[in-house]
Formats: sequence, C-alpha cells, structure tokens
Amino acid sequence: MSKILVIGQHADGKLNSGIAKVVNAAKAIGGDIHVAVFANDGAAVAAQAAALDGVAKVLVVDRAGNDDYVASAIAPQIVALTQSGGYSHVLAAGTTSGKDFLPRVAAKLGVQQVSDIMAVHSATSFDRPIYAGNAILTVEAPAAPAIVATIRLASFQATGAAAAAAPIEKISVDAVIPGHTRFVSLAAQKSERPELQSATRVVSGGRALGSSENFSIIYSLADKLKAGVGASRAAVDSGYVPNDMQVGQTGKIIAPELYFAIGISGAIQHLAGIKDARTIVAINKDPEAPIFEVADYGLVGDLFALVPELEAKA
Amino acid sequence: MKALVSVKRVIDYNVRIQVKPDGSGVVVDGVKHSVNPFDEIAMEEAVRLKEKGKVTEIIAVTVGGQKCEETLRTALAFGADRAVHVKVDEEIQPLTAAMALAAVFKKEGAELFFLGKQAIDDDAAQTGQMVAALLDLPQATFASKVDIDGGKAVVTREVDAGLETLEFDLPGIITTDLRLNEPRYLKLPDIMKAKKKPIETVSLADLGVTAIAGLKSVKTANPPKRSKGVMVKTVDELVTALKAKGLI
Ligand SMILES: Cc1cc2nc3c(=O)[nH]c(=O)nc-3n(C[C@@H](O)[C@H](O)[C@H](O)COP(=O)(O)OP(=O)(O)OC[C@H]3O[C@@H](n4cnc5c(N)ncnc54)[C@H](O)[C@@H]3O)c2cc1C
Ligand SMILES: Cc1cc2nc3c(=O)[nH]c(=O)nc-3n(C[C@H](O)[C@H](O)[C@H](O)COP(=O)(O)OP(=O)(O)OC[C@H]3O[C@@H](n4cnc5c(N)ncnc54)[C@H](O)[C@@H]3O)c2cc1C
Repeated sequence: MSKILVIGQHADGKLNSGIAKVVNAAKAIGGDIHVAVFANDGAAVAAQAAALDGVAKVLVVDRAGNDDYVASAIAPQIVALTQSGGYSHVLAAGTTSGKDFLPRVAAKLGVQQVSDIMAVHSATSFDRPIYAGNAILTVEAPAAPAIVATIRLASFQATGAAAAAAPIEKISVDAVIPGHTRFVSLAAQKSERPELQSATRVVSGGRALGSSENFSIIYSLADKLKAGVGASRAAVDSGYVPNDMQVGQTGKIIAPELYFAIGISGAIQHLAGIKDARTIVAINKDPEAPIFEVADYGLVGDLFALVPELEAKA
Repeated sequence: MKALVSVKRVIDYNVRIQVKPDGSGVVVDGVKHSVNPFDEIAMEEAVRLKEKGKVTEIIAVTVGGQKCEETLRTALAFGADRAVHVKVDEEIQPLTAAMALAAVFKKEGAELFFLGKQAIDDDAAQTGQMVAALLDLPQATFASKVDIDGGKAVVTREVDAGLETLEFDLPGIITTDLRLNEPRYLKLPDIMKAKKKPIETVSLADLGVTAIAGLKSVKTANPPKRSKGVMVKTVDELVTALKAKGLI
C-alpha cells in the first residue's frame, strides 16, 4: 500500500486552499495520507490540515525561517522526511511555491518529477498536460525510490471535512540547511475580492481595456457578480494590472463555474488557463476572434458599451 | 564572471499542436521550431549583464540532437561568446538534462546560470531547480528582475501572491519569467558573426552522466474538445441565458 506525504503549503497562518485538492488526488492514489507542515510555528496550520477528510496524520516541523518557504531550505527537510518515513509518494500543490521546491526534492531523490498531474489512473500512472494543455500525456512512473509529483489544482475537487480530526505530531528532521539564500520581502496584492484560483466566477480583461483606469469597468462588473478578477498577459505586460492576475499557460490555471473573457482574443496560451472553466462567456468586437471558438456564449460588440450594460442588468 | 545560458529547441509557440493518431506523441516533423521563448529571455538577460560589465563571458548550452545546433547559433547571434552542445540522440528527461547542464556548469566554472522557467513543449518547469539541487546551489525561479552586485544576486520573483524578493550568494541558478526583459531583435550581421563562433560538442559520457530512465510515456491524447457555444445578440439575451442556468 502507498504511503503518501502531502506538503501542507501555507501563508499567513492559513493552509493553502489547494491542499484539500491535493489530498483528494492522494485519495485517488490510495494509501496512508500524511500532511507535513513546515512552518515557524505550525500549530494553527496543522489543525486546518487535520480537519481534512482522508488525512491519517499531520506532521509538524517547526523551524525559524520555514514560513518563508525558501526552496533550498524546505527541500532538504522534505527529502529527509521522505527517506526517514519511507514514503512512496511526495505530493505538492502545483502553485508557484510547489513548482519551486519540489523539483529540488526530486533531483535529490534521483527521480524524475511528474509535473501537474491532472488525472490518476493508478498509484504509478498519471495524466499530465503538455504543450499548454493541447495534448495530454499519460506517464508511468517507476515506484522506487519514490514518486514525486505536483498536482494541477484545476483538475481536482477539494476533499471534505473529516468526521474526526487526524492526530498531529511534532517532529524534527535531520537536514542540513544552507545559508546561501535569504528571503527579503513579499509584495502581496491585498484584495477583498475572491481569490482567482478558488473563485466560482472570474471576470478577465485583455489588451482592449487600454489602460489601468479603464480596467475599473472589469473590477466593477466583478464586484457586482462577486467574482475574482483576471487578465491576459497583454494586459499585465502593458501594466494595467499586477502579474498575479495573469491567467494562462504561464500564469494561473483556473476552473471557475463562470468565466468572462472581455477584450481577450483567445491565444492558445491564454486558453491553456481556462480549459476547465465550466462556462465561458466572451465579449469581443471582432466576430472572428478565436475566443469565440471555445466560448459557450459569445457577444460581439464594443466592450466599453456592453460591460456597463451587463453590470447594470446582471 | 562567466555566465551559462541554456537554450532548448521547441516547437514554435504559434504552431497548433497535432497529436499523432496512434497516440505515440505529437507531430514534430516538418513543424516550425524555435528557441524556447523563456530561453531567449535568459539569453537577453545575460547579454545585458555583459553589456553592463558584470559578466565577462557567456556560454550557451543545449542538450539534444543535431538540429539543436540551429538553436545554439541563435544564442550565439544574441551574444553568447561560445557554445557547448551536449549531443544526445535519444529522448532524455529533465533530470538527465539537469545532470548534463550541472556538469557543464561545473566544468566551465561559471557563476551564474540562466534557464527558462519552463520549456513550452513539456511544460515541466523543473530543470533549473534540479540543476540547483544537484550542485547544492541557490535558486531563484520565475525571475522578473535581477540585480547582480558584490557577489550577490537580488532577484524579484513572480509568485502566486505577487512579487517576492530573494537574495543569494553567487554562484547560483536563475530561471526567467516573461516580464524579465524583452529580447532584442536579431540583426543580420550578428547572425553572420554567429556562424564563426565556436561550438564544442560533448557526449553525456564525456560529462560522466548516465541517462536516467525516469517516466515512461504511455500515450499522448487530444484534450477533451470544447464544443462551440451560441452567439447571443444582446446583453439581455446573455443575462437571460446565464440566469436560466443559475450562473448569475
Ligand atoms: C521522444 C521524447 C519522449 C519524451 N518523453 C518524456 C517523458 O516520458 N516524460 C517527460 O517528463 N519528458 C519526456 N520528454 C521530454 C524531455 O526530453 C524534456 O523535454 C527535457 O528533458 C526537459 O523538460 P522540459 O522541457 O519540460 O523542461 P523544463 O524544466 O520545462 O525546462 C526549463 C528550462 O530548462 C532548460 N532546458 C531543459 N531541457 C533542456 C535541454 N535539453 N537543453 C538545453 N536546455 C534545456 C531550458 O532553459 C528550459 O527553458 C520526452 C522528449 C522526447 C523528445
Ligand atoms: C511563451 C508564452 C507564454 C504566454 N503565456 C500567456 C499567459 O499565460 N496568458 C496569456 O493571456 N497570454 C500568454 N501569452 C500571450 C498570448 O500569446 C497573447 O499574446 C495574449 O494572450 C494576448 O492578450 P489579449 O487577448 O489581451 O490581447 P490581443 O490578442 O491583442 O486581443 C485583444 C482583443 O480585444 C478585442 N478588442 C479590441 N477592442 C475592443 C473593444 N473596444 N471591445 C471589445 N473587444 C475589443 C480585439 O478584437 C482582440 O481580440 C504567452 C505568450 C508566449 C509566447
């Protein structure tokens, strides 16, 4: 039977909302599921992980500096825990942090990482997207010494709440942590709006918005719909909105119930981020725009007239 | 200070990918290939550091078959001084590529290594981190700003929450994000000059690397197709449809 280690990534004392999805992927693999919390003081985060259905145990590794999640400091701790605990699988959420530290773990264990698992066929066979999701590759990973993988969050539902909380155990790991890398700062965008990756509705704007001032009509529609806000790369590169709002192959991969692409042409790199959206609505003045090939509802016209009207009537 | 830059040959980002009917992969023959866009950004960053006098020599490296020589020529046209071609004819996976790249980094005594944050074909986004792990060196992935000064690198990284800044002691590994810079347009004289620059060819065995088997590809399939929806004529029609489905 598999023994699965899920890395309990967190920030600001909160377990990343993706971990509930990683646990569900772990359930599909099948086996004993342990969540490891690496933090300065992991008690609060551990309690959140212990409340997830399917988790057998939560391990807490407290160490000053762990909250910063510097890859070269976290990876050796995960490697040590994987080896001492005899884990068959190490899973992390496919967030920027998971993508940062997990390949280091894989290399140290001498295995290939399976990036962005989107479906589990067995304990060793998985689907992953390649070419911006334009092809799906099924891979078979050698079981030994361990399978190291990131989970594509848009492909999995969150596990529910456990009937009873799993036990929490404080442990220490035997790892050498290099001093060569230092966390300096994080400039996080604070927003009252729903988080892009977990929002049920998302409104995204593209290059057509023309300026950050004009982008306010996107925010305003989003607020009316209680939606998160996203953007195309062109809108981010042009400085209308910050980088963390980019949706696509090299931005965030999202799976909302409802997605609005407004003034976005529908380049394959953008579509890579919204393939799992349940319903796509496109507003574009060009009837030939590629976005209309994937939209469930398309509306041709000038967004500066249509978006305020939509906000008023929605 | 020597800087190493890896460049990978990939199917051009504008090409519509076609999955082979027998599921053995995607069609690559006769399809336009280019340098991975993230690697062009990596090259550009190294060249800018050289122009500022912080880097003295730029070495481009690739791991792959004969055709990757074109990729190296592009890197040389960008401004690499010379190139190393790790020649492998069989398919290799990121860990093997990383082992080869790490060996070249060590052999060259380089202090900075720029790689793309991901290759747009396999989208694995792991090679740079693996190189860093194998060499026990610092890494700063998804870089959107790099400052090199006094034996240190200060790197701004694009992360889910916003922008993170890390500082590390050289030597170290940096993987590039899209907004780090805008690669220059290559001029004909540079392309001509690149033809005369040296490319050294080495094998995995020369580097003391044995390929790791790793993952087995079982099959490649098309993603589920989204069917084309309906065009609505007015906002009212759209609102009615979305309300009927309980979406708003
Ligand atoms: C026939 C075939 C079968 C394959 N089967 C598999 C498979 O089953 N599983 C699997 O995971 N992969 C497979 N691969 C892909 C494997 O070759 C990877 O493409 C490669 O090792 C790097 O992965 P990546 O491009 O996703 O790396 P990433 O980590 O996304 O690349 C990041 C950066 O690393 C650098 N880099 C990566 N590779 C090279 C290179 N070769 N030369 C120079 N720089 C490089 C570049 O700077 C790049 O921007 C297969 C490839 C082929 C051709
Ligand atoms: C390696 C790589 C990675 C990339 N990663 C991403 C990524 O992660 N995410 C991403 O989004 N892109 C990504 N891109 C960029 C992508 O290829 C496109 O360039 C980008 O998505 C275009 O953004 P856009 O649709 O906003 O702009 P455009 O393509 O310029 O489209 C603007 C659209 O607005 C319409 N329009 C103009 N005015 C109006 C109006 N008044 N009313 C209504 N409609 C109007 C136009 O008809 C047009 O269709 C990547 C590219 C590369 C090479």
